[in-house]
Amino acid sequence: MALPLEQYLRVAKMPHIWCPGCGHGIVLQAIVRAIHELGIDTEKTVIVSGIGCSARAPGYLHFDTLHTTHGRAIAFATGIKLAKPELNVIVITGDGDAAAIGGNHLIHAARRNLDITVICFNNNIYGMTSGQYSPLTPQGSYATTSPYGMLEKPFDLCNLVMGAGGTFAARSTTYHARQLTNVIKEAISHKGFAFVDALSQCPTYFGRRNKLRTPLDMMNWFKDRAVPVNAWEKLSPEEREDKFPIGVLKKTQATELTEVYKELIQQLQQRGGE
Amino acid sequence: MAENKARLLQGNEAVVEGAIAAGLRFFAGYPITPSTEIAEQAAAKLPTVGGKFIQMEDEIASMAAVCGASLAGVKSMTATSGPGFSLKQENLGFAVKGEIPCVVVNVQRVGPSTGMPTSPAQGDVMQARWGSHGDHEIVALCPSSVEEAFRLTVEAFNIAEEYRTPVILLMDEVIGHLREKVVLPSKEELTIKHREKPSVPPEQYKPFAMDQGRIPGVPPLAAYGEGYRFHVTGLTHGEDGFPTNNPAIAEKQIKRINEKISSNRKALCKVERFFLNDAEVVVVAYGATARSARKAVKDAREQGIKAGLLRPITIWPFVEDALSEVKANLPKAVIVPEMNLGQLVLPVRRVMGDSVPVIQINKLAGQLIEPEEILSAIKEAV
Ligand SMILES: Cc1ncc(C[n+]2csc(CCOP(=O)(O)OP(=O)(O)O)c2C)c(N)n1
Ligand code: SF4
Ligand SMILES: [Mg+2]
Repeated sequence: MALPLEQYLRVAKMPHIWCPGCGHGIVLQAIVRAIHELGIDTEKTVIVSGIGCSARAPGYLHFDTLHTTHGRAIAFATGIKLAKPELNVIVITGDGDAAAIGGNHLIHAARRNLDITVICFNNNIYGMTSGQYSPLTPQGSYATTSPYGMLEKPFDLCNLVMGAGGTFAARSTTYHARQLTNVIKEAISHKGFAFVDALSQCPTYFGRRNKLRTPLDMMNWFKDRAVPVNAWEKLSPEEREDKFPIGVLKKTQATELTEVYKELIQQLQQRGGE
Repeated sequence: MAENKARLLQGNEAVVEGAIAAGLRFFAGYPITPSTEIAEQAAAKLPTVGGKFIQMEDEIASMAAVCGASLAGVKSMTATSGPGFSLKQENLGFAVKGEIPCVVVNVQRVGPSTGMPTSPAQGDVMQARWGSHGDHEIVALCPSSVEEAFRLTVEAFNIAEEYRTPVILLMDEVIGHLREKVVLPSKEELTIKHREKPSVPPEQYKPFAMDQGRIPGVPPLAAYGEGYRFHVTGLTHGEDGFPTNNPAIAEKQIKRINEKISSNRKALCKVERFFLNDAEVVVVAYGATARSARKAVKDAREQGIKAGLLRPITIWPFVEDALSEVKANLPKAVIVPEMNLGQLVLPVRRVMGDSVPVIQINKLAGQLIEPEEILSAIKEAV
């Protein structure tokens, strides 16, 4: 499907700031395609981000946009959604933004089941600040602050969100761009808190240090390790080593916060009117 | 009308009454003594008027949610005390930079750190002014009675809306927990202001315009979802809201958001003058301390001593002009009692220079400054 770019992008703000081969542009494209294919009202859609290379995406999107402070996008988005529940609220975040400084906001938004969509541009590194490790950096990988290899164990963000009560969690990668678009579509359509772990590549600060010299090497790295969720279910723990599931990992329905609030307000106002 | 009946209210409750009267419809907070009653009252009352309350996971998130809700077009507020006020600073700066109207209540308790949670202090005066990084102006108002807590909350919202800026209501534990009989003004008696909305079509809208607005330098603010598709960022931005590294534009914008407050000091700075005309000794006091100061001045007058009180109602911007007037009368001394080691006394001293001696009375362990202590300082000074 041809994409009417001007409808969704602030073309005048191009060229973007991302490095050649950066995966963030592919995730951005997947978001735009998802919005286009869903046909949601672009004037009733707000896109919120924190700080990072990923967080610069809203600046290129022709919507109401909010580029907030590091880690806090979900908290800002919570205010927007509660104030005006009729708006679609999409959060664009990075792995450091969402899982380190903003980790608390992520789990609480999942617990509340507030109807927002969070898309994490997960390049498992701090791109913007030139390559320090993040809570998603694989053990043993090199970063400027893990010169001897990453000592800590990383999060699995989907598991984290699901454990916290999130009603929708999905994962895909820049290699699987079509699938990425589809899971983002499902996430936006989902009524309740929806999380997409969008694996993206930072060739500049992750790839170069970790023997993945080109962006293509990095995307092949995704291809070789990603397992569709149906197949994943059948793998033994040993077979799962070094691999990760992609696709929709959880999709359930539960009461959503703005709906609960609407009912409460109606009840109280009826009572007040009696 | 029912609204005009006398009621026994606590300062913290009066804040919520004032906020709702001013149009508050979104509150995000995190419990902390001695501000918690504000959150509790907001939780109980907001849904009954169609508004929303949320207890966020921390104060950082509360400040963030308040900014988000305000950009969606809803009047918003948060309330906290010392430790929480520290946590709010980064996003408070975001509200300054993004020119997001909102109200932040800080019911001061003894610090630093966890300090003395249930004891009053006035130790956050300078933090209110300079707590967030970078050059910025801030508006802070300081009530000294329950009724004033109500009125100044309304005023805080009005200023926030008119100037597109966060406004701090700087209370202290005494005023927050004080119960007084008050007659609250009815809706009709109150002036409620709303942010100016853009009158141009979306293609022409500049959310950070240099030269637009009812108040020069305060550009109109659209709300999310109204078709304006505008961008707000904490990065230094041009008139269109998009980041810029152009030093000339950056300087103009940073100056504009500072000057929209500093150049309107006259309109923003409110004081109360009590026996000031012929005063030979002037007490400068605010918040709970001003209550003791008023009593001390009254007692001094009864004893034939020409004492007076200048009570800054606006703490920031500093009430420079009122202080200059005091200085012009060359009183024998200016006395500044504060429940801290001396904070507002600093700008007072700056204005007085070498012309008028400035005497401090300071208490910092949660004890009130008694009228007798101020009275004896007055007596010593004459
Ligand atoms: C409070 C605060 N701390 C630190 C920073 C510095 N900082 C900017 S971006 C960033 C990390 C971004 O990493 P990530 O979220 O993974 O985004 P990416 O750049 O990789 O897309 C950090 C630490 C900041 N801007 N604010
Ligand atoms: S530093 Fe990495 S994440 Fe940032 S733009 Fe460059 S490639 Fe992308
Ligand atoms: Mg990253």
